[in-house]
Parts: sequence; structure tokens; C-alpha cells
Amino acid sequence: MSRLVLFGLATLLVAAQSVAAPPVATDTEVTIENFHFIPATLKIAAGSSVTWTNKDDDVHTVMDAAGVFRSGALDGGQSFRYTFAKAGVYRIACSLHPQMSEVIVVE
Amino acid sequence: MTRHDKYTRRDALKCLGFGGAGTLFALAGGVLTPMDLALAGTDKLSKRAAVKPLFVQISDTHIGFNKDANPDVAGTLDQTIDIINGMAEQPGLILHTGDITHLCTAGQFDQAQQILSRLRVTELHTVPGEHDTTDPGAAQYFSRFGKASNNKGYYSFDHAGVHFMALVNVMEFKPGGLGSLGDEQLAWAMADLRHRSASTPLVVFAHMPLWSVYEPWGWGTGDVAPLLAELKRFGSVTVLNGHIHQIVQKVEGNITFHTARSTAFPQPIGGEGAGPGPLKVPPELLRQMLGLTTVSLVEHPRSLALIDSTLTGAQ
Repeated sequence: MSRLVLFGLATLLVAAQSVAAPPVATDTEVTIENFHFIPATLKIAAGSSVTWTNKDDDVHTVMDAAGVFRSGALDGGQSFRYTFAKAGVYRIACSLHPQMSEVIVVE
Repeated sequence: MTRHDKYTRRDALKCLGFGGAGTLFALAGGVLTPMDLALAGTDKLSKRAAVKPLFVQISDTHIGFNKDANPDVAGTLDQTIDIINGMAEQPGLILHTGDITHLCTAGQFDQAQQILSRLRVTELHTVPGEHDTTDPGAAQYFSRFGKASNNKGYYSFDHAGVHFMALVNVMEFKPGGLGSLGDEQLAWAMADLRHRSASTPLVVFAHMPLWSVYEPWGWGTGDVAPLLAELKRFGSVTVLNGHIHQIVQKVEGNITFHTARSTAFPQPIGGEGAGPGPLKVPPELLRQMLGLTTVSLVEHPRSLALIDSTLTGAQ
């Protein structure tokens, strides 16, 4: 993903945070790179989907800390998609690397 | 103070170049001594040690990994097995301290088992790594290796007067946390040790370090303290782990903590870089950073001696 796109995503995120939650369901891309979820915070409407793509050489997983969902092992280049049907605050982690985290607010 | 606190990766690479053919670390009486690996390929070392190897530890074989850091992990495991099969005195058993596979698929487990079946030593004891347990219920691992532990993952056994305890610290993941044993396993471990004589040599093995190596990357086990307290009364305790793909060692009283090299790829020293990913090194250096650990029983005083050797040593 180019820096321009990342910058664009970051701008959208800031815009999303400064106004009310998006009224309609969206489909958001999250990049896993250098042992980070990018972006690290996200606000979406219920019914939205998020697709995580692993850009590292190492394996990562995507799991919700409360145990709502969990991907299998994602090798470099692989993706995982989840649709957030219910509102709430989801703390996302990689079960292989405890230092990695992301917060997704679903409204 | 852990050993790597004082050394940078550059120092480590310098050290690797020290022996020409590679460097080997021998532990005797709690002192870690680098020795020229030129000795290891000859009979001199085995005569000097003059003991039959009790067991060999291999770790982090990551079958299925195919990125730049080592596109041929099957080949380097094969080479590791050739080294073990070529030992003049065959060890009594083999310990695999986890991350047998990279992605926990049936195909990768099948391939790993096929390669491991080449070992002349048929007694293989395993613990799972976090890479072996990413499928629901860790079904792939337990369907193959669950029998020894009645599908709990942790178990103990005796061999040559040494008590071995296999522990699982990768199943109770907490974000931001360390490895964890959990209350049930901890209670089992304490009960298993309680009535055992303090003169029994102990080997405790698990995938993630059972001591704090580098907490920001999760290199430790959060709830291990009661177990370590119980281990203190024993005269000889050897704690063996994998997970971090490099040798880090600490001696505390009668307890020697030791992590093994991987047979697949090295990882950076804790805190160097973005995370503990596969470390790409020049191809000619790779086999100096992969290896196995041979453990022998020394009778006077009754304790265990550890020798780390690299894949370069056998060539």
C-alpha cells in the first residue's frame, strides 16, 4: 500500500472521528506491517467489514481479545475479513505477538 | 542479568566468526564457555566429555516457512537430523520444544512428521509452540502429539534417573501479556514435584521462555513464579525453551535456564528492530545461526551438561 493511500486512510479516519459515526456500513482495509496494525484505531458503523492483510514475512493472526472472533494463521500476503454485526469496542490482537494491538469502535 | 544484555548483534556475529567453522558453547558447572567448533567435528570433544548424550533438543523447525530468511527449512531440518543420526553415541531421546510447523496446517504437520521419522532415535517428546496452535482447539497438534498428555499438552516422564516435565505456555494468550501456564497446569506441576526427592535431576521444557528474556515481545511466562520457587529446592534443574531462535542463558542457583537455536531461521536480539520476525542474514552465515543442543548427564557432581552446536559444525 502506498504512503499516499495510507495518508488518505489516516485523513479519512481523522475525518470519521471528528464527525458522527458513518451512517452506512463500509469495507475497510487494515494493513499488518512491521508488527503493527495500521491504522491502530478505527471507527466504523455496525454491519461494516474489515479486511486485514499481512505484509510481513512473519505469520500473524487477528483475534478479538474478548473471544468473539479469531482468524487462523495468516502468512505474508494473506488476508482475513470479518463483518462487525454488533456495536461495541473491539480490542484486536495478534495471538503470536502480544505487543500488537488495535482498537475498533463499532457504532 | 541475562547474557545478551551485554552483547549487541554485531558482537554476536563477531563471536560466530570466532571459531572459523563456527562456535560452540559448552556449559559445565554453571559456566558458559565458548569453544572452537573444530573440536566438535572430531573425537576430541566426545572423549573430553566422556559421557553418553542423554538427549538432544531441537526447536522451532517451522516446517512450511518459505520466505527469504530460509527458503529451505525442510533442508536445514534434514541436515539437523543427519547430525544427530551421525553422533557416535546415540542419545536416549529427542525433545522438540515447539513451533514444529509454521502455519499449523495438516500438510505441514505431515511433512514435519515425515522428516522427523528419519531420526534413528525413535523416542520423540514434544511441546507445542504458538505456531502449532493457531487452528481451533489446536486440533492438528493434539491429533498427532496429544497421546503423551491425554490431550492436555503437559506431561512428565522419567528417563535414566532424570525427571522430565513438559509444559505448555502458549495456549492462554493475553494481549500485551506473556506466555502463561494457567492454574490447572500449575497445580498439576506443583503436585508432580511435591514428593520428588531433591536429588533427582530435573529437566523442565516448554516452548516460550519460562523466565523473563524480553517482556515487550512477550518473551517470558507471566505466572511461572510459584513453579520456580518449587524448583529451587532441587539440586540440578535444567529449564529448556525455544521460541526466540537464539541462545540466551541464565544460571540462578541450581537452575540453568537455556533457550535453543532454531533449525529454521534466526531472530533478532530482543528489542532490536520492529519485532521478533525472521532475521535475514547472508546465506553463508545462516547455518552458523541454526543448531541443536546436546545434553549429557555428568555424574560427579550429578548434573547436566549442555553443548550447543550449529549446523556448520557437521560439515
